[in-house]
Amino acid sequence: MSQAQKQVRQAQFKLVLLGESAVGKSSIVQRFVKNSFDEFRESTIGAAFLTQSIKLTGDDLGESLAPADDGFDDGLIVKFEIWDTAGQERYRSLASMYYRNAQAAVVVYDITQSESLEKAKYWIKELQKQASSNILITLVGNKLDLKEERQVSEESARLFANELGLLYFEVSAKSGENVQDLFKQIALKMPFKAQVSKGNGAGKNKQSVSVDLSQRPTTNDQDCAC
Amino acid sequence: MDEEYDVIVLGTGLTECILSGILSIEGKKVLHIDRQDYYGGESASLNLTQLYKKFKPKKEYEDQFGKDRDWCVDLIPKFLMSNGELTNILVHTDVTRYMEFKQISGSFVYRSGKIAKVPSTQMEAISSPLMGFFEKRRMKNFLEFIANYKEDEPSTHHGFNLDKNTMDEIYYKYGLERGTKDFIGHAMALHPNDDYLTQPARDTYDRIMLYVTSVARYGKSPYIYPLYGLGELPQGFARLSAIYGGTFMLDTPIDEVLTDDEGKFQGVKTKEGTAKAPIVISDPTYFPEKVRSTGQKIIRAMCILDHPIPNTNDADSAQIIIPQNQVNRKNDIYIAVLSSAHNVCSKGHYLAIISTIIETDKPHLELEAAFKIIGQTKDVLMGIAEVYEPLEDGKKDNFFISRSYDPSSHFETTTDDVKDIYKRITGHDLVLKQRKTADEEAELAGLD
Repeated sequence: MSQAQKQVRQAQFKLVLLGESAVGKSSIVQRFVKNSFDEFRESTIGAAFLTQSIKLTGDDLGESLAPADDGFDDGLIVKFEIWDTAGQERYRSLASMYYRNAQAAVVVYDITQSESLEKAKYWIKELQKQASSNILITLVGNKLDLKEERQVSEESARLFANELGLLYFEVSAKSGENVQDLFKQIALKMPFKAQVSKGNGAGKNKQSVSVDLSQRPTTNDQDCAC
Repeated sequence: MDEEYDVIVLGTGLTECILSGILSIEGKKVLHIDRQDYYGGESASLNLTQLYKKFKPKKEYEDQFGKDRDWCVDLIPKFLMSNGELTNILVHTDVTRYMEFKQISGSFVYRSGKIAKVPSTQMEAISSPLMGFFEKRRMKNFLEFIANYKEDEPSTHHGFNLDKNTMDEIYYKYGLERGTKDFIGHAMALHPNDDYLTQPARDTYDRIMLYVTSVARYGKSPYIYPLYGLGELPQGFARLSAIYGGTFMLDTPIDEVLTDDEGKFQGVKTKEGTAKAPIVISDPTYFPEKVRSTGQKIIRAMCILDHPIPNTNDADSAQIIIPQNQVNRKNDIYIAVLSSAHNVCSKGHYLAIISTIIETDKPHLELEAAFKIIGQTKDVLMGIAEVYEPLEDGKKDNFFISRSYDPSSHFETTTDDVKDIYKRITGHDLVLKQRKTADEEAELAGLD
């Protein structure tokens, strides 16, 4: 606890989920954010906007982010603002807003449904069309707990991901296998240096000039200046 | 997907998307369809490929103004009043989570051949060329009357009854010049013409208060604007609707509308199958036989520039109002100016959207004064739109149809229409409740 009083740097990124309905997009997030799983989860309603942080240690980062004794911990908190599709993927009706400024995308398929990998390819194409060109795309095969029903081999999916330069993971939202590691590896690949160099740039990565609508007027000064 | 819904919504314009979101929050099962493959309908923001396809079909966009995706050009130019009802709805529904807003840098008004900034601070007011010394004092007295007016304190009424006395009578008492009246009525109260002069002063009082409280909120100007264009607004409300269970189908034309023997709405047939619901909400384009033209036609000229607007102190965004009196017209001309500061065009470019209600059979000539103000253009795309309104209130056949977006410079009439349609459907007034926090919603969704 020797570093208890040191501040920890933070960086925040938007991460979007994509993939067919019922491949387990929300379940993966539920496992990541709440470390729980719901067998009979219905299609996503509510809660399509979650945040979750991952602490990366100095060892994780490998190199120090800034001069060592500047009063900051040598680690970093990476905060993900996670956007779920809210069902808008069902009829291919995701808005351009969904992709806007996303720095990471997790495209999920179900390893027990070969067709879901074909559909994942559609979403990767959409990302290449709509998202920023430097977005980090990770292809994720879910339902690793149902290995005996596997229809997509790990080798073929990994090969496909490598060809397109995507990260590749197989996870089980149900057992939790590989879920934390998935998000940690994404966190390590986020362009956090630009945010960190501005000091402890916590909170929303918003341009300072934007206005906060929920802020009420501080005075009821109705004097017009004219 | 043959299914039953509580409401089917056709068109993803802002009016329809706000209603879709509010009804979903209230637990209604909503199916929302658009024939086009993008959100926003008439209130969308388009990239240049889409824009040229719509307005200059013979001339394809060829990257001459930078990357296509950098452009988000509003089909309907408007701004949000900082203290207006749309801002209120955005805050209550927390759609602000999905968007970022910036101020519009300045509001300008045309007078005697020149434009001048509408003062937003005491300092600007003192140096403003808009009025002479004595007129400034008269204006100050008038605005003090407005600011101090309290409904239940007759001593603040100065003998006026806002529901009986006309605005002209109030101007007369304060001895205001014609140019000052133009300024108050058009640049502050944002009336599009002079009809208000002979009407009770209440409406103008409310409008001036909206303007003044909006300027007070963030300074600079009364307006705010979403990054990436107004098309983000319908998308944000659509997402809200989806999060509360709304189903969305873009790129889905309506093949058939189902009605019963009495003509009441029953459902629609699309490529996805039959969807049934007792009521439909729709923009005017889906049911041309159920709407009429208001007779108003709006011309909008979208001008691409490579320089800021002269005499605006290089403002990155602005509203410029040309009051009708100043150019011998019956209706004001508005110019909405935006730039890459609001992420609606590529760096180094500016966008000026000129609009007015057409008065002659040579509408493009009516915009001459505006073109003089904005200076040289790189290209201009022009469109004329008719304003439609529903023939009936929908109570008889359960077709609830919205109005076209009008030429006003803000969204106050749009939110009026939202509230009106909501009341026609539910029978009661819309009461906005603060949406649950992200944590509470996570709990509701079983993510606790």
